[in-house]
Amino acid sequence: MKILVCVTSVPDTTTKIAFTDNNTKLNKAGVTFITGPYDDYALARAVELKEKTGASVTVLNVGEADSEPVIRKCLAIGADDAIRVNAEPTDAYFVAEQIAAIAKENNYDLILMGRESIDYNGGQVHGIVGEMLGLPSISPVMQLDIDGDTAKITREIEGGKEQLEAKLPLVLGCQEPIAEWKIPNMRGIMTARTKPLKVVEPAGTDKLTTVASYELPAPRGAVKMIPADQAETLIQLLRTEAKVI
Amino acid sequence: MSVLIFAEVDEGKLKKSSQEAIFYGAKVAEQTGTTATAIIVGEASDTELASAGRFGATKVLHAADSKLAEPNGMAYASVVAAAAQQEGANVIVLAKSSLADAMTARLAGKLKAALAANVVELPDLSNGFRVKSSIYTGKAFAYNDLKADVKILAIKKNTITPEESEATAPVEAFTPALNDKDFAIAVKGSEKASGDVLLPEADVVVSAGRGLKGPENWGIVEDLANALHAATACSKPVSDLDWRPHAEHVGQTGLKISPNLYIACGISGAIQHLAGVNSSKVIVVINKDPEAPFFKSADYGIVGDVFDVLPRLTKAVKAL
Repeated sequence: MKILVCVTSVPDTTTKIAFTDNNTKLNKAGVTFITGPYDDYALARAVELKEKTGASVTVLNVGEADSEPVIRKCLAIGADDAIRVNAEPTDAYFVAEQIAAIAKENNYDLILMGRESIDYNGGQVHGIVGEMLGLPSISPVMQLDIDGDTAKITREIEGGKEQLEAKLPLVLGCQEPIAEWKIPNMRGIMTARTKPLKVVEPAGTDKLTTVASYELPAPRGAVKMIPADQAETLIQLLRTEAKVI
Repeated sequence: MSVLIFAEVDEGKLKKSSQEAIFYGAKVAEQTGTTATAIIVGEASDTELASAGRFGATKVLHAADSKLAEPNGMAYASVVAAAAQQEGANVIVLAKSSLADAMTARLAGKLKAALAANVVELPDLSNGFRVKSSIYTGKAFAYNDLKADVKILAIKKNTITPEESEATAPVEAFTPALNDKDFAIAVKGSEKASGDVLLPEADVVVSAGRGLKGPENWGIVEDLANALHAATACSKPVSDLDWRPHAEHVGQTGLKISPNLYIACGISGAIQHLAGVNSSKVIVVINKDPEAPFFKSADYGIVGDVFDVLPRLTKAVKAL
């Protein structure tokens, strides 16, 4: 079985977001970049399947050179090789086109990625890739088991979950608790240095969306504190002042 | 040229988020001097179908093939793509949901559309087609220029407040050819909380964290939620500990919500939790620790014991 895991390099979840250049660029100063938390779940499940069934795991990142530490970490966790498409990953259709182009050359049985990247949060790339390859796509996947050529999947839906079955190949957007995050060990880190990382240039068309500028949310006004022994007044305030109940 | 809105029905009723989507789509149609058509897939009564007109649709397409009775993102996307082609739609609007998320991407792939997710405002058409969307899990916004002929906008809850009129919309049956490939995923079973207010749709959310001390104490959270017709939610540690189901987890790696009112009980307010809820209109924080960081991001705060404060709030709501 051949598995492709698509990963993003994104600001750490504790990052205080700020912009520079007249609000047209993320201020990367002091920002730690990590593997997208959802992508990490996808990778962990892929490595588990590799350990169980002997699958091969290729990591794919659409990103610029500064995402290579994240790619190396994925190799240290257990991926066999990696491909980086050298482009800024800013438009879902564009990113999907890059993934689909790589997938067409290599016939993967499973294409896994996080349910969404935590920078743009679109959650669309897996579905577009599925459409481009003519394959079913499912997200967010909480559980994945492979039985021959069939995938048994639990997907989260509003207020619950559902159990699905589909034949491979498939494109899946993953989330917890599909697998436990894996931490690279020393041997993994050592071998990751020599695992192949191929860099290719982007294919296809221009981006269909571009970002003109960014903005931070307006700060909330000062908090109004209500003494605990007068808690009931909160309900009055929510009705008459905030008008939300 | 027209605007097409995918309007979602749940148990035969037009979802609230879809009423917003229709009203939003009608406003975009007004801006662009065209008309708004709603497409409804699956079973719905004639009254419910025509009610799309009350929110601004001038026509309703109804695809009622029995194969479409159960939600299916891939098949529904094909239906909406066929409707977009029939209507010559250049803007497609959907309200974010589990189903719509599954459709949006497939639609963008089919139509080579410029796609904006988590849209929070009407488009600015003064210079091209620009939309504001929420990014970095609610920590920032982006102004996106959409450059393809077809544009798809997935709008976030509370993007617009729909106004209702007395209008009804004529309903036309829509029967596109269905493709077997869209039915490749078999649904084997599902578990869904029924009767409760769905969290992503809820106007009021009562959420609780580790301060509740154990799952056996959730009664006081549910009582307040019931009194307010609210949905319940929880923090990540609570779902990790299996005190509450994962579908209730709000935050960076859980659901991102934007209700009118978010009441956080016994949640300290880590930056990852705030990311999932900070687009709520009004935030109330109840915590016994006056130093809890969440107070800095709240509109109203009570420093107190949730076991004392929550029952009193419930009583006060019931007395309204």
